[in-house]
Amino acid sequence: MRRALWILAVLLSHWRRHPMQLATLLIGLISATALWSGVQALNQQARSSYDRAAAIFGGARTPMLVATDGKMLPSSVFAELRRAGWPVSPVVEGRVQIDGRSIRLLGIEPFSIPKEVGDAPTVGRSELESFLTPPHRTLISPETLADLGLKESAAPRLSNDALLPPLMAQQQLAPGVLVVDISDAQRLLDKPGQISRLLVGKMSGKLPPLREFAAGRLQLVQPEAETDLERLTDSFHLNLTAFGLLSFVVGLFIVNSAIGLAFEQRLPVLRTLRACGVSARQLNSVLIGELIAFALVAGLVGLVCGYVIAAALLPNVAASLRGLYGAQVPGELNLRPEWWLAGLIISVAGALAAATTSLIKSMRLPILSTALPYAWQEAQRRWLRLQSSVALAFFAAAGLLLWFGQSLLAGFGVLAALMLGAALLLPAVLQLVLRLGERGARGALAQWFWADSRQQISGLSLALMALLMALAVNVGVATMVETFSRTFLVWLDGRLAADIYISAADEAQARDLQAWLRTRPEVQAVLPGGRAEVQVAGAPIDVLGLPDHDTYREHWPLLQAGDNPWKQLVRGDAGFVSEQLARRLNLSLGDSLDIPAPAGDWRISIAGIYADYGNPKGQVTVNVAALTRRFPATPMTRMAVRAAPADVPGVIAALTDKFGLDGRNVVDQATVKQESRQIFNRTFAVTGALNTFTLGVAAIALLTSLLTLANSRLPQLAPLWAIGLTRRRLAEVELLKTLSLAGLTALLALPLGLLVAWCLIAIVNVKAFGWRLPFDVFPLQLIRLLIVTLFAALIASLLPVLRLARMQPADLVRTFTIER
Amino acid sequence: MRVLSVRELTKSYRSGGEPIKVLRGVDLDLASGERVALTGESGSGKSTLLHLIAGLDAADGGEIILDGASVGALDDAGRAAIRRERLGLVFQQFNLVPSLSVQDNLSFQARLAGRHDPAWHTELVERLGLKMLLKRYPEQLSGGQQQRVAIGRALAIKPSLLLADEPTGNLDEDTADEVMALTRDLVTRTGCGFLMVTHSARLAAMLDRHVHLHAGRVA
Repeated sequence: MRRALWILAVLLSHWRRHPMQLATLLIGLISATALWSGVQALNQQARSSYDRAAAIFGGARTPMLVATDGKMLPSSVFAELRRAGWPVSPVVEGRVQIDGRSIRLLGIEPFSIPKEVGDAPTVGRSELESFLTPPHRTLISPETLADLGLKESAAPRLSNDALLPPLMAQQQLAPGVLVVDISDAQRLLDKPGQISRLLVGKMSGKLPPLREFAAGRLQLVQPEAETDLERLTDSFHLNLTAFGLLSFVVGLFIVNSAIGLAFEQRLPVLRTLRACGVSARQLNSVLIGELIAFALVAGLVGLVCGYVIAAALLPNVAASLRGLYGAQVPGELNLRPEWWLAGLIISVAGALAAATTSLIKSMRLPILSTALPYAWQEAQRRWLRLQSSVALAFFAAAGLLLWFGQSLLAGFGVLAALMLGAALLLPAVLQLVLRLGERGARGALAQWFWADSRQQISGLSLALMALLMALAVNVGVATMVETFSRTFLVWLDGRLAADIYISAADEAQARDLQAWLRTRPEVQAVLPGGRAEVQVAGAPIDVLGLPDHDTYREHWPLLQAGDNPWKQLVRGDAGFVSEQLARRLNLSLGDSLDIPAPAGDWRISIAGIYADYGNPKGQVTVNVAALTRRFPATPMTRMAVRAAPADVPGVIAALTDKFGLDGRNVVDQATVKQESRQIFNRTFAVTGALNTFTLGVAAIALLTSLLTLANSRLPQLAPLWAIGLTRRRLAEVELLKTLSLAGLTALLALPLGLLVAWCLIAIVNVKAFGWRLPFDVFPLQLIRLLIVTLFAALIASLLPVLRLARMQPADLVRTFTIER
Repeated sequence: MRVLSVRELTKSYRSGGEPIKVLRGVDLDLASGERVALTGESGSGKSTLLHLIAGLDAADGGEIILDGASVGALDDAGRAAIRRERLGLVFQQFNLVPSLSVQDNLSFQARLAGRHDPAWHTELVERLGLKMLLKRYPEQLSGGQQQRVAIGRALAIKPSLLLADEPTGNLDEDTADEVMALTRDLVTRTGCGFLMVTHSARLAAMLDRHVHLHAGRVA
């Protein structure tokens, strides 16, 4: 042990003499761990919120019995099953409207709820007495309570005039759900003696088969690994994870570069230690121990930074998830111990992975060094050949994934393979360009400029590869976001063609509103609409009813349409489908779709396909009259109003005065558009922030590489100074070289970035969201990124270049001095 | 004609906070075409003197007149210009530019100074025996070959003065003799002055004059 400590002391002495190298190593590890663990913290926080929602009285996480035909079951089945030994508990579910807002209502039977459905039953049991005894209680989350503008103990009236039991806030409850006793739910939903499903507890012993109950109408549904919400948000989290992974890889590039340089510089010490009797195994054990110690320290700092990053991004992520998917994620981080442990493990694993080549070299280290100097030309040529071969293999993998891959993961696989392949090919391409430059150079300095840049590629290649990847992702994501932004705004104008949107408290108020609006001279049209929710091919879709009016005929964002599409809708046997639904169900114009309606399937032919960006659910648009015929229970409480823009505030003010409507029931088009743009901007603010972080890490990689190279460059620069180049001139040339290499890398990153954008638009978006955007290039954006890159390279190279310009002659002279 | 004149040159360094006087008033003259060996024990200030003459470092006192110019009066750019255009420097570690081929290393300083003479370049290549090595890179050469390239680079500008700091220190005896013979011939051919720092009395004896430094002064 004492020997190991002594070896460690010898090895650590290197870092004392090279503090900048130690800083580089730690910065690399900290950046890698911080960005990765930050993103993981965001994902973990969101997932735990989904779990909370899923665990509500047997969501998708609990096995349950449902009717094979999807209809309600008689309450008597519950008693029959319990008597037969089935550990079941009934649930009634439906939607109620409070002040025009639709909320999910769950009715439970607290005595029989199985323990296995999670901690949710404790919600009911903790207040069991008040929950079960008149006037009963309605459990509600504090968020929903606040959203509704109500206070605890209030008993709001529903749209069907029924009164809810007094409200009681429950912290553990997910937002958007009301929980009442099953008898109350049956009354409120007007479903006496009916239940929606039966939750199933832990089954033991032999149970009678299900076919013996409810005339064989029962079906056991096993819990799902993923809830709907998780499935919908998968792509969002996958995006975040991809960014985290990219930053992690870029960070590891820094670590690899620092460890590689330290290994080269410590080679004589390692040889001396081996010559003094230290075994290869012991030497490597100490080297690994040293690395793990650094990784643990950097990992801890990285985790703290990751926490800060996650806390800074969480409000935007939460807003995006709420806006895009309706997922409620609290704005505060609550991390589990596993997160801290995983962060430390990833830091150690990353450090070991980055050090693999150096550790293998150290294991194979011959005690006697060869007399030959380091042959950079030969070594570089060998590496370039190997790297280029691996790059081609990555390109082949990208091609195969593009051709055969069907999943979102395959889409990301194409992106990853393309970027890694391009990064690995970068040094060879730079070599080629610089060689051409060298051939065309006139003058000694110009020739040296090109030749030396070529030689420097070995030392800078990892940093340049990191820069290439960060820039390509920046170009790709920026192009995609800009395309999306422009398309989204046009689409928003199409979807929000009316000027005012109203949601009445009930149908009676809706009728009054329509009658009143039609008397107003400034109102040009009143357009009542409706919406029903059905299940098609195992997924929920919305059926949207629109009136036949110019407002929609002229603006609805149809991507494809047959002849006279709106006339077909009026007939009632045709509809438009959203692009994502068309892709998911492989529907084309003229195909037919069966929509399950209360009176039997409603077959519609597809008369058009329209853009419906940002909506995770599929959507079908039909004529509103046809919708009410097929879905008579659809509440007709929504309407759109056309009015001249100048008249909109007056109409809204009058509506507020006469009907007591407020911001929740009546909104003008501009407000909705602004809110939509805000959701959009906040969604991509997260992406933008991660983009900037990644570019920042790449700039750090460049800076640290330049700093570590600066010392080893001295023997190459000092002779030039000795033969008549001033330090200032040398510094200028060094700066120009770094800028040229960064500029060349940025130029190569542009086409790669556009390829990344194409992959995001044509593959990843289509797989993740079901819609495809047009592919546009924004030259100004690319020029801006080029300038930012050169600026980042300038900042990164400024410190080493200034050090060179201000270097004392004595330091340069030392390069030549054997003695004074 | 006098190419170098050094008067009362002093230089000290600080080591561990204590000043160490390396040169304590050195006087030295060197004429065009003259070949002088500078010897002395370790720490006597030989390399320091050479570096001061080349303008690589600044003296504390005294004067250096190189080819009629006072080195101490020049700024950084002026000293760089004088090294570029009038001085040839050869070091023990060769100090070639690793990224350039032999051909480009040879012509590098001359082209930098705008004094590239193709005929002289060809003659140097032939005299130094580098014809077959022109496309190689420094790392692909032996020590003797690298030193020949370094000497060629220094002489390519036809300097007024060639300064060499232990140019054969890294070479075996036979190679050292070969390099010395070549250097002497080429110095004679160009007519420049030659000042060489060496530990070897044998090599010092090959030159015209021998200056010995002891305790920071010419002995």
